[in-house]
Amino acid sequence: MAILVQFAIGLVFGLGLIVSGMSNPAKVLNFLDIGGITAGTWDASLAFVMAGAVAVTFIGFKRVLKLARPFFAERFYVPTREDIDPKIIVGPAIFGVGWGLAGFCPGPALTALGFGSTSAFMFVGAMCAGMVLARFIARLPSSTGIVTPADPLET
Amino acid sequence: MIATPFTPVASLLGGALIGLSAVLLMWTTGRIAGVSGIAARLFPPYEDSQFAGRLAFVAGLIVAPILVRLVTGSLPAQTIAATTPVLIVAGLLTGFGAVWGNGCTSGHGVCGLSRLSVRSLIATITFMATGVVTVFLMRHWS
Repeated sequence: MAILVQFAIGLVFGLGLIVSGMSNPAKVLNFLDIGGITAGTWDASLAFVMAGAVAVTFIGFKRVLKLARPFFAERFYVPTREDIDPKIIVGPAIFGVGWGLAGFCPGPALTALGFGSTSAFMFVGAMCAGMVLARFIARLPSSTGIVTPADPLET
Repeated sequence: MIATPFTPVASLLGGALIGLSAVLLMWTTGRIAGVSGIAARLFPPYEDSQFAGRLAFVAGLIVAPILVRLVTGSLPAQTIAATTPVLIVAGLLTGFGAVWGNGCTSGHGVCGLSRLSVRSLIATITFMATGVVTVFLMRHWS
């Protein structure tokens, strides 16, 4: 049951990506292209995607997190870290370069697989390799003496 | 460069669906709808027993356009201008950076900002900035 529900929730996410236009890399790149503001080709749509998503999530999380526990789990797994380490800047900086190169971030890239595009398969293959590599490096014994968090993916 | 139409209503609506999905995932599984975190954990090492649920979520993402095509008979425009080498490099950087920075557009940009997380705000500003600089260099640097 929980598996089916998560499939449906992924489906809603994917539909959101398609309806919003984020599944189209050209639209994402035209948003990131500030040079297009003066040229008249800037596409501000992505700001509206973010606004719609954050508005619903902000209100929804407030209500949901007041509950004693989630429906299918014993507790909420909400990130607790507040420290500003180099990784929280270096990681997103690298991520942004990749995003700007192709116009794909992980969600839209996975949804693009269902569009049947060969380009999406190449991007997703490389993306998964990058993910595995990052987790592998994050788990190497640190030679710098800096203690790495137990779970490198914990937001 | 291909011009794309400004679609504020559809984008706001689609964004709301993404938000709805994030809220539903928190309500049912108690977890953040961060696509990079979910996708990365489909590969070893496995730290918990949530593999099937994560796979189901990713399957939903992939099936969404197939469902849209079945119901409406067509799919919205999708233009991927990047060449194969660029796609490979972009994919590697996107995947690596998302894991290294503990999240992507959904985990930091949607869920993190909604939780008023300072880490996510810094992450979102950073990837927006490097994304803007990258597109600027690609399109206007010559």
